[in-house]
Amino acid sequence: MTKILTRMGDSSNVELTMDELRAEFITGSEEAAQKAKIPALTENEIDYLVDMFAAPTRIWGVQRGNEVVMTKDGCVNALNSSRVSSGVTAPVNREVGVRLFESMLGFDSMEVSHNDYSVKPQRFLKALEQLHVEILMETTIFPLLYGFMPNLGLYFRPDGSFENPSDLLPLGKIKEAREAQEAAGQACLDDCIEMSDCMVEMGADGIDFDTVASTGDGEFHAVLKACEHVAKDTGLPVEIGMSAEMVLGFHGQLEYNGKRLAGMWPHEQLQVCEEAGCAIFGPVSNTNTRKTTPWNLGKALTFVKACTEIAKIPIHPNVGMGVGGVPMFETPAVDVVTRCSAAMIEIGKADGL
Amino acid sequence: MGGIRAAGDLVARMQLKKMRIHEAKKYVADKLHVTPLDLSDPTLMRGLREELDIGIVTGVPGVAKGIAAKANISKLLDIEINSVEQFKKKTGLHW
Repeated sequence: MTKILTRMGDSSNVELTMDELRAEFITGSEEAAQKAKIPALTENEIDYLVDMFAAPTRIWGVQRGNEVVMTKDGCVNALNSSRVSSGVTAPVNREVGVRLFESMLGFDSMEVSHNDYSVKPQRFLKALEQLHVEILMETTIFPLLYGFMPNLGLYFRPDGSFENPSDLLPLGKIKEAREAQEAAGQACLDDCIEMSDCMVEMGADGIDFDTVASTGDGEFHAVLKACEHVAKDTGLPVEIGMSAEMVLGFHGQLEYNGKRLAGMWPHEQLQVCEEAGCAIFGPVSNTNTRKTTPWNLGKALTFVKACTEIAKIPIHPNVGMGVGGVPMFETPAVDVVTRCSAAMIEIGKADGL
Repeated sequence: MGGIRAAGDLVARMQLKKMRIHEAKKYVADKLHVTPLDLSDPTLMRGLREELDIGIVTGVPGVAKGIAAKANISKLLDIEINSVEQFKKKTGLHW
């Protein structure tokens, strides 16, 4: 019986029969469909995916003419950062790194950010951040977005000054936990606005809010407000890349334009992002390391398709380590990375990655 | 799409204006008088980019680079590019 060699969500090898391969795509897709109340993948789409994974080629690609553009997060961390960002610790500064991404790596666009990547510490380096963006804007050709993670978690004790909801909630102090999130959310919003506004005169092509809602609905709320400000008051385009497939309800009652943020799935997140003036939306499907890559990809494609079918703006799904079907491992394997990327375009109908 | 090796940077610029992929490709292709398929072709685009002077991936003396290439892209695509506008403000140059 023919065995297909593919990978688990932790990137280890696994062999599947053709029937098992098909079943993995179907059950992964059904998982997303049931959770988000959206349509599962069609029989034809499953056929394409089975053929793709059954092919013995090491890599896969899209049909010529179906190429899409790439936006990027994490600046040049893959070059000069540590294993956390799959970084190779190359002795390359960010100005050189961005130039290399433009020329040697042929990226369509790039994001400039600090290695730490959270807005709170980046705010203390505001002048330096401005200078590097300003210089890069004069020496590069491709679009450059300035970016950061809102990372609301850093505003709570012990890292920040606000009481930590994780300490308050187990004590039953729900009202206090909500108030702490609202106050911290305002501080995060102020920082996001400050670091976005200061890039207008530096010539940035846009702002990238990345890993959004990592601290739940309070963070998502702050980002939507920040996006609204940047898009409407500065005119700069905003890209919002999410952190998870569902917005966690640490607060539980926050709304945007009358829509409750807690529990939102990607296609619902997209709609409030559009209302806030977002230019590019990046949905996420988190990889389950105990499931196979086909299962994870089936789930991710189902979420992404639900976005691309209703989107008024470009959809750039996150397809990196631990998201978009790609295994959670620091040296991602090209056999599955290329297949997940191609599937996002051919089946997910993504506008970019 | 290959960035400045082809026309990925140009299509990305139109996506930042909320155009979805097919609309963005068509817009750029029309401005460059090529087909959307051509936009990902590094062979065709290498020569065309030099002819239009909108920046090329390899080092050639005298060809527009950095902000100069973006100024030409701004005119070609008929869009405002923030860094080009800031450059005009700083230098007092207008075109």
